Amino acid sequence: MRLCMRTRLGPLWQGRTRALGLALGTALLAGTASAGTPEQVTNIFKPLSTPAESISEVAWLTLAVCAGIFLIVGGLLVYTIIRFRRRAPDDGAEPPQIYGSNQLELAWTVLPILIVLVLVLVTARTIADVQSHPAPPDALHVTVVGHQWWWEIRYPALGLVTANELHVPVSTTTRRQLTFLRLESADVAHSFWVPQLAGKTDLIPNRVNRMWIEPKQVGTYLGNCAEYCGTQHARMLLRVIVHAPDDFTTWVAAQHQHGVAEAQVHAGRDVFFATSCVNCHTISGTAAQGKFGPDLTHLMSRDTLAAGAAPNTPATLRAWVRNPHTLKEGSLMPSMQLSDTELDQVVAYLLTLK
Amino acid sequence: MVVHEIAPASSITERLHRLVVTVDHKQLGLMYIATALLFLLVAGSMAAVIRAQLAVPNNGLISPHVFNRLFTMHGTAMVFLVGMPIIAGLMNYLVPLMIGARDMAFPRLNAFGYWMFLFGGLLLYASYLAAPGLAGHGSAPDVGWFAYAPLTGRAFSRGHSTDYWILALLLSGIGSMASALNVIVTTVSVRCPGMTLMRMPLFVWLMLVVSGMILLALPPLTAAQLMLVLDRFLGAHFFDTQAGGSAVLWQHFFWIFGHPEVYILMIPGFACASEIIPVFARKPIFGYPAMVAATVMIGFISVSVWAHHMFSVGMTPMGNTFFAISTMLVGIPTGIKIFNWIGTMYGGKIRFELPMLFCLGFLAQFLIAGLTGIMLAVAPFNWQLTDSYFVVAHFHYVLIGAMLFTIFAGMYYWYPKACGRMPSKALGLWHFWLFALGFHLTFDPQHVAGILGMPRRIYTYDVGRGWEIYNLISSVGAIFQALGLLCFVANLLVSLRRGALAGDDPWDAWTLEWTTTSPPPEYNFETLPVVRSRRPLWDLKHPEDPDWQYE
Repeated sequence: MRLCMRTRLGPLWQGRTRALGLALGTALLAGTASAGTPEQVTNIFKPLSTPAESISEVAWLTLAVCAGIFLIVGGLLVYTIIRFRRRAPDDGAEPPQIYGSNQLELAWTVLPILIVLVLVLVTARTIADVQSHPAPPDALHVTVVGHQWWWEIRYPALGLVTANELHVPVSTTTRRQLTFLRLESADVAHSFWVPQLAGKTDLIPNRVNRMWIEPKQVGTYLGNCAEYCGTQHARMLLRVIVHAPDDFTTWVAAQHQHGVAEAQVHAGRDVFFATSCVNCHTISGTAAQGKFGPDLTHLMSRDTLAAGAAPNTPATLRAWVRNPHTLKEGSLMPSMQLSDTELDQVVAYLLTLK
Repeated sequence: MVVHEIAPASSITERLHRLVVTVDHKQLGLMYIATALLFLLVAGSMAAVIRAQLAVPNNGLISPHVFNRLFTMHGTAMVFLVGMPIIAGLMNYLVPLMIGARDMAFPRLNAFGYWMFLFGGLLLYASYLAAPGLAGHGSAPDVGWFAYAPLTGRAFSRGHSTDYWILALLLSGIGSMASALNVIVTTVSVRCPGMTLMRMPLFVWLMLVVSGMILLALPPLTAAQLMLVLDRFLGAHFFDTQAGGSAVLWQHFFWIFGHPEVYILMIPGFACASEIIPVFARKPIFGYPAMVAATVMIGFISVSVWAHHMFSVGMTPMGNTFFAISTMLVGIPTGIKIFNWIGTMYGGKIRFELPMLFCLGFLAQFLIAGLTGIMLAVAPFNWQLTDSYFVVAHFHYVLIGAMLFTIFAGMYYWYPKACGRMPSKALGLWHFWLFALGFHLTFDPQHVAGILGMPRRIYTYDVGRGWEIYNLISSVGAIFQALGLLCFVANLLVSLRRGALAGDDPWDAWTLEWTTTSPPPEYNFETLPVVRSRRPLWDLKHPEDPDWQYE
């Protein structure tokens, strides 16, 4: 026991319990957050697809382990701070000088090793479950190509091309339906993230990545590009529309239709074909076969414009064609400087592309 | 011993001249810290604008171009122009004093390092004016602080903004390597008599490990940046994906630097805490050998965890599992440290002075940061969390909640030594509570926003995703952080003249820097000290019961 003569009247305990329960509380709160309409929820703890469910399970386990550690270590910390504060009156003596304890230190080395071991095992299993899942023969294969700042979506087996909205059939208990995605990029790195369906996988130029989803509920799922990809990274939103099997067949059939121009919109069609629109956009069944921008054959079947920058209405469509930068500053689509008449005509034409 | 005293500087030009030509480790250390604090204010203001833009959905306060530059410059400046130089400043000031040396081993190299850092930093900020060049493209860099290829290629980054980013970091990186080399040589070769490696203060041990990590980690970044320069100016194709280059290669290079870097920033925080907690708990550090071993272990593991930043780039299951395991292993030595700090306080008599308050804040916040780190190490969980606001919250918990809090603790602890006067406790308490409140308001809700699917680096977001309230709280918190920071700066400036005289040893501490005057003379010690234990001042103050009888 070491003692020492010294007086130093320090201020007493300042009180500090507020730091407790922060990360833990917020994380748990999020897990029970109320559900909105399907397209508004992007909570990773509300999974509706097999890979997201596997992740959610291991995530809850991890949270529980971390919460336990937090309570024990945090409790010990708070107890120590309160119990061993210097109290008034202080006799000025130094406390016993303890240099360490081999047994204690061994204990708090071994315990974390055991915890890590458990987490490693569940992690490895989940990684294998998600990443090594083979594609069943009836899986739907879709290629998603990231562009600055939109998604090109191709169905090679079905011969379809669309943009920004991925349509897939639902998986039911009687008939499992998996969708395998082949991820590529046309320019810089992007990342495919629809939280309720699966974790992120990046779309990297000059490289092919793969992921899969198995949505179990019909509806629209929201997502974002999750890898910073330049000016409009924020407005590179993603929708996955999950159909009942019959509806998906109907959708495919509709998408196979060519874009046919009705007589009353010929003026707008002429504007479209006389300006540079055709250099970037495809309208199947016509001479417009550009590849830089989204396929417009069924433009009006989509919910949003410009990868979620605005709802797809005649008014926003007109504003978009007039000057894309008002809706999405920095967009790679130029304003074609059309007159009001031309604008009305070309929008009338685009409105027929259903 | 005859010591040549230097006459006090009279005119401003004379003082400036003395700053420019100084090779004194203390002077350079203070210059590092002062410059870093200036950059902290600048980069912090940039963060405030970011938070203002994100306070409400669909905000049009700033354009996406401006926003992207802001977060790039904020991140780059905070890591390279605030974190690294503050560490360099602390090392420079304290290592020679703590090991009983008269200066660093290479005083001129030391000065060289400072000036490289300063001009690197100025070059980075010069991009705002100069990067547009004659072609008028670009402004400040807007590629993010980790500058992923191929966004940095000529095709996607025109003008010279990216070149400024590369060259500025190259310069400041050379400065960091110079100061790391210096610390290693100093620690190894100019310790005072009796100061064996296992008697060095933990602060010195940790800085030694950090310096080794800097020497390992920075060259890969420098190499990658040179490759990028070749791509941009000489038509090489290392990262040019359109010509067969690899975008993933850049990520590997960057994170081979970038992950040790995170520990490089954090371990100096541990170093401060390991000095301060014992002094204010009135007990020696619990388990000194284990603390040294844990630090060295963190250093080793830190070079094998880099790809945990890349769980979503499509590595094989084997690769993902490897990096998940190596990352979780870091939790073990880190856990040892936390327990040993608690063990140090257990049974002590804790004095709640300013440095200790910040250390206690650090312990609580670092515990949370470590646990969210474990969550991120679980690769499948990471597939959801990476690049979301959860990650933003996590690394700000590490860098502010843990690192900056310990740096503040260190500033208050050594301020009396460096300036000869005590910092104001009242202002310091305002600083602590305002900053802690602001910190939690800003970063606690971001965990939730990330879990609700909010990606990082978006300049705006739509209504209805459930992110609004969390972003608003987050932005309000920034105001409190700013107020806290103002109290800190005011404290530093006001106490310089008004603070109570400190004397040699105001905290009743145990390491060698407290044996000399405050501020110490240029030659540090009149006669070189001789030590017989880890706490030479304890031995002096308690001749009846010295440490060396036990060690």
